[in-house]
Amino acid sequence: MLVAALYNYWIVIALMMIGLFVVILGGNLVKKIIGLNIFQTSVFIFYISVGKVDGGSAPILTEGVELYSNPLPHVLILTAIVVGIATTALALALAIRIKQAYGTIEERDIQTRDSQC
Amino acid sequence: MELLVDIALLGLLLVTAVAIAWARDLLAAVMLAGIYGLLSASFFMVMGAVDVAFTEAAVGAGISPLLMLATLSLTGRFQAGTDTRRVLFSLSLVILVGALLVAATLDMPAFGSPEAPAQQHVAPRYITESMNEIGIPNIVTSVLASYRAYDTLGEVVVIFTAGLGVLALLMSLPPQGEPVRGELLSPMRGHRILRVIGKILIPPILVFALYVQFHGEYGPGGGFQAGVIFAVGFILYAMLFGLDVVARVVSNAVVQVIAAVGVLLYGTVGLLGMLTGNNYLDYRDLAGDPVTGQHIGIIAIELGVGITVASVMMLVFFVFSGQLAGRRAG
Repeated sequence: MLVAALYNYWIVIALMMIGLFVVILGGNLVKKIIGLNIFQTSVFIFYISVGKVDGGSAPILTEGVELYSNPLPHVLILTAIVVGIATTALALALAIRIKQAYGTIEERDIQTRDSQC
Repeated sequence: MELLVDIALLGLLLVTAVAIAWARDLLAAVMLAGIYGLLSASFFMVMGAVDVAFTEAAVGAGISPLLMLATLSLTGRFQAGTDTRRVLFSLSLVILVGALLVAATLDMPAFGSPEAPAQQHVAPRYITESMNEIGIPNIVTSVLASYRAYDTLGEVVVIFTAGLGVLALLMSLPPQGEPVRGELLSPMRGHRILRVIGKILIPPILVFALYVQFHGEYGPGGGFQAGVIFAVGFILYAMLFGLDVVARVVSNAVVQVIAAVGVLLYGTVGLLGMLTGNNYLDYRDLAGDPVTGQHIGIIAIELGVGITVASVMMLVFFVFSGQLAGRRAG
């Protein structure tokens, strides 16, 4: 019973933790950005799961349908996805600049270069 | 049945995420990230979040891997190895945090429960009243463009600012070497099949984007989705025929101006609401009766959103591939 009621959230947590793992493991900056994206998507999945109502249809008003999913999380996540790609682009641009300035995007090498000056 | 689809999709998401974490080859990781985007879009569809699924399919499976691939070709494809101590440390930290979060979910309301607090607050009002107050069937568009329009204005400004940030980071440093023209900018130019299919596909993509833009009140869609799809049409054209050809239609400078025009359009509509004696972004009195006023306001600000999103996405792509061209020449 408990599993049936909550498994969705547990998988969200697992995805979130995989994203977090990729981010804190360090190493390549682009890999970190991909990890951050996994983390971000897991939050999206969480919000959409919270907005789901059993038997509810998509929130577009139709004759004869009484039960709808919660539209508010949909609005929040819809805009968050597009904002997410814009900020990802900014992060990738930063990675390109770091590559040009340091010649590498491996975190360890960047720190070594920094401590030398 | 729905439960099975749900579990299958979540399982696939989990497997893909593990594979991404595992992959040492970043090209593979990016391709898997594209699959991950498509899977999450399918999951949103199952959850009844059609507008969200639409956006995620265009962004997560389309533009995001494209930008990452462009970055990889500048920064290198393989990542260095990590030492085992660090892996063990990260793994134990992640497991600890995950266990705490799972413990926290035990108090959460059951998944899909209509009595959950999230279903109680403003959502019932949106569902029961939006037809009378706004007069359009798509509740998501009502909330996005009218009830919470101020919120959306913030998001559009964030997208615009991120576009400016990309521009500031990468334009300040002109790509080394002479600017390249011709085939270096479009490696696909030699592929006749791609070019023919591209030429056939691009007009329907642009028309579809306009449909999504203006039909967003009645079905899934709206400015955010339409903007991304519109940009994809131009990006596809640039990939097949070269940046210099696209620059004849929309140059970098034009896109920058258009991005600002979109934000400005959104903000101005808000001010018009104030001129009629209401709050900012309240378009009740823009026309004779409140519902028509809402319609006009929503169409105008969705247009602003679409223009900004499309031009920022195009701008980011142009700037990224400009860097790529510079590197190839240098």
